[in-house]
Amino acid sequence: MSHAENPRGAERSARRPRQLFRNLNAKFASLPMILTALVVFVGGTAWTVAHSFTKSRLLPKWDFVGFDQYERLWNSNRWMISVENLMIYGVCSLVLTMVLGFTLAALLDRKIRFESAFRTIFLYPFALSFIVTGLAWQWILNPDFGLQGVVRGWGWESFTFDPLNNPDIVIFGVLIAGLWQGTGFVMVIMLAGLRGIDEDIWKASRVDGIGVAKTYVRVIIPMMRPVFVTALVIIASGIIKLYDLVVAQTNGGPGISSEVPAKYVINYMFQAQNLGQGFAASTMMLLSVIIVLVPWAYLEFGGKKRG
Amino acid sequence: MKLKTALAASVAFVSASGAMAADLEVTHWWTSGGEAAAVAEFAKAVDAKTSHNWIDGAIAGSGGTARPIIISRILGGDPMAATQLNHGRQAEELIEAGLMTDLTELAEAEGWRDIVNPSSLLDSCTFEGRIYCVPVNIHSTQWLWLSHDAFEKAGVEVPKDWFEFVSAAPALEKAGLVPLAMGQQGWQQSIAFGAITISIVGVDTWRKVTVEKNADVAAGPEYAKVFQAAADARELARESNVQDWNLATNMVITGKAGGQIMGDWAQGEFAVAEQVAGQDYSCLPGLGLNQIIDTGGDAFYFPVVDDAEVKAAQLEMASILISKEAQVNFNLAKGSLPVRGDIDLSAANDCMQKGLSILADGGVLPNADQTLTADTQTQIQDLLAEFWASDMPAADAQASYAAIIADAD
Repeated sequence: MSHAENPRGAERSARRPRQLFRNLNAKFASLPMILTALVVFVGGTAWTVAHSFTKSRLLPKWDFVGFDQYERLWNSNRWMISVENLMIYGVCSLVLTMVLGFTLAALLDRKIRFESAFRTIFLYPFALSFIVTGLAWQWILNPDFGLQGVVRGWGWESFTFDPLNNPDIVIFGVLIAGLWQGTGFVMVIMLAGLRGIDEDIWKASRVDGIGVAKTYVRVIIPMMRPVFVTALVIIASGIIKLYDLVVAQTNGGPGISSEVPAKYVINYMFQAQNLGQGFAASTMMLLSVIIVLVPWAYLEFGGKKRG
Repeated sequence: MKLKTALAASVAFVSASGAMAADLEVTHWWTSGGEAAAVAEFAKAVDAKTSHNWIDGAIAGSGGTARPIIISRILGGDPMAATQLNHGRQAEELIEAGLMTDLTELAEAEGWRDIVNPSSLLDSCTFEGRIYCVPVNIHSTQWLWLSHDAFEKAGVEVPKDWFEFVSAAPALEKAGLVPLAMGQQGWQQSIAFGAITISIVGVDTWRKVTVEKNADVAAGPEYAKVFQAAADARELARESNVQDWNLATNMVITGKAGGQIMGDWAQGEFAVAEQVAGQDYSCLPGLGLNQIIDTGGDAFYFPVVDDAEVKAAQLEMASILISKEAQVNFNLAKGSLPVRGDIDLSAANDCMQKGLSILADGGVLPNADQTLTADTQTQIQDLLAEFWASDMPAADAQASYAAIIADAD
């Protein structure tokens, strides 16, 4: 795409003075969206960040307290556990969804029989909301009625698998449900990417005598870079938003061992009626997104000259 | 004209379309069997005594779910005619922002100050000398519910107080029973902790911490005993895996657990199971140590609306909610205590009578809702949830608790 744009870009910079007035109708028409973006997103974000330095309770108030809210936030056990949980969930979910999604897509791409049936089965979980997913997995992982109960019923009495009742591994119980829900969708994106690979590539690699696995790793995956970026953005935004799955599946329990940052924000804003604290927490979430996003965006868009 | 009426009807949420009768939308979170029956008594009274219509706006889920919905509707300029809230500090800022109707004149005309007992209920409806809500019932949380069946199986006498209960626990465990039933939810653990606190340290020390926010007392030796007792309770409830409070109560009803610390609403569950107080189960207010109950409860607030008719109807409704007849019918159905000291509740059962006599003796203290902000309560709940689900040492929990009290406002 970038080579197609370059010559036009050069032409545009030559006539820069008139650029503002070109296509005035289109610009006028996009004004509402630009305003929405500025006022709602940028304005709302600025407002939230500003109020995180106040001691707003139920209603926003200009009562400046400096970094008090942040100090309290980082001293709070619940927040620390939330952040830790999100990191574990995030890394595992990112890696496993990508690996599983790509593997499933590659397997489906080997021209197997009943491909569309498998595709439908794998994609089905994605049609369910996180609430339904969470509830279903809460039942499946219930030690008395779910998986553990069934296996014990078969005679394996010592079988223990109760992630939702064990504070140390509860986040992996949530992870299982998250993977079940999200992998199918990533698989479909990957499959679309694989279908976009020219058949000639495969022929060429066969002529050169390169193995199938090696072709995937060395040739196909590098060619699918844009697809991976799309999948990455979708998965990452899902991770940061992680909230409803936890609410439905464990509600943060046992104790506070499966709390996540988004739940902290909601609880402190509305249940604890402490807007300042909730805003501070959401500002920290934004900050972490920016820290991850900026270097990536720089590499992705800033380094255009190299290619 | 027709079109106009149709538009008005479809657009208006609470505004009236008739000449005299106003539609009054009332939001609340009373959705369980007994609760719904109780609120229906209010609806009946309003429909019968006034020309207005009670439009029921029940919100499923607990107060934690309903409260944000109610508050955001009031803030968002779409107020209902009346709403349930727990009186105390939950509505403080809404009142400050001028979003709640001032009921002072009505209260003075009807002499609420004289009839509401304990008067602290009205105090928590009062903000800067003006009255903004109608208290409708009293709920207390310092109750230990005991299963006679379980203690019979274990071969020990039914305990008379918390310490007897703790020493009877090994016998219960030997009989294969769970000594203490406990739902694994923060608010239930908060209730148990609150009950243990008040029964062990007594009112004066409790007041220093909860009302005066004295962090030194919270970190001191008396509260160390509280946290030790809470750690004991944690061990007794180790085998209790249920989540919801009524499932925990059910363990007591079926004799699978020795006891449960829960609010007086647990009584409704015993009643549904057709158990008789004093015969199948017994109740120990103040865990049998201190004859003291708190006086939390529910109240109705009336958001400010523009419609003059609705405004007038709100006042009529307020006066009905606190009337003798409505109070008796409502509280008998709900199992809570009435806010008036001057009515006859001879139909009440053994446990309710115990509560009434404690009220008459003045053994009351304000509910945590009335002394601590939602923020502080959430922090305490988080701490207790962590404490109950882990092996956190009592001393660590006490230190964190003292830090929260030090920050409270």
